[in-house]
Amino acid sequence: MITVSFPGRFSSLDRIRKFYTTAARQAGLEEKAVNEVELAVDEATSNIIQHAYGGENKGDIECSYSIDSSGLLVIIRDFGKSFDPKVVRRPDLESDVCCREEGGLGLHFMRTLMDSVEFSFNVHGGNLLTMTKRLHGSQEKHQVSKGA
Amino acid sequence: MDVTTANLKRCVLLTASGRIDSGTAPKLQSVINEVADEGNYKLVLDLSDVDFISSAGLWVLVNAQKKCKRFNRGELVLSGLQNRIHDALDLAGFIPYFKIFEDTTQAVGSF
Repeated sequence: MITVSFPGRFSSLDRIRKFYTTAARQAGLEEKAVNEVELAVDEATSNIIQHAYGGENKGDIECSYSIDSSGLLVIIRDFGKSFDPKVVRRPDLESDVCCREEGGLGLHFMRTLMDSVEFSFNVHGGNLLTMTKRLHGSQEKHQVSKGA
Repeated sequence: MDVTTANLKRCVLLTASGRIDSGTAPKLQSVINEVADEGNYKLVLDLSDVDFISSAGLWVLVNAQKKCKRFNRGELVLSGLQNRIHDALDLAGFIPYFKIFEDTTQAVGSF
């Protein structure tokens, strides 16, 4: 497991994205999947700064990954307010532009772009976000849907 | 992320480059607001040199569109989207909100 801590501020986002896109390429993910990992980790860490810490420079974001034959495991920890994904309203993807209200997209992006997304919290360890991106995940999904 | 603006005969052309995330989206928002507050609501945003956009950047586009379309006074149209930018718009359900052109000449010509 490789771990690097980044200061919880928006200027860290570029380095966090590079940290994970390098890992995703090392894992052998195709470029479209690398882009999907990049967007998912950006949304996750932006949410941490905005919501868990309630602003910039309130705490660090501990970014980890490991690679195995199935793909990439992403683990992101913060020590801000506990996050319960159940309280996040589902984004309204249907309304006319005048009626779309801001928010809720980050979690939707993470869940759509990654193969699994799990949150946990404990008082001492903070928020722990675990996401996976499987090698050839999209092809498998495509084959399943074609076969169904 | 950088944004430049050019006043054309029938619209204002904004050209963004770089990466639009939670840190840089406010700059784009501020430039669009400045242009709109001068009474310009027919806008073309050229995104051909933008290679990353997060939901923070996508909301800037939607909020700009709301502002431009109010009272039927104009519209924000997009041009030159790379595939991943188009994919992000699609994932957010934002594609129906914008006319999207392959290149800037077509986009400017739409006004």
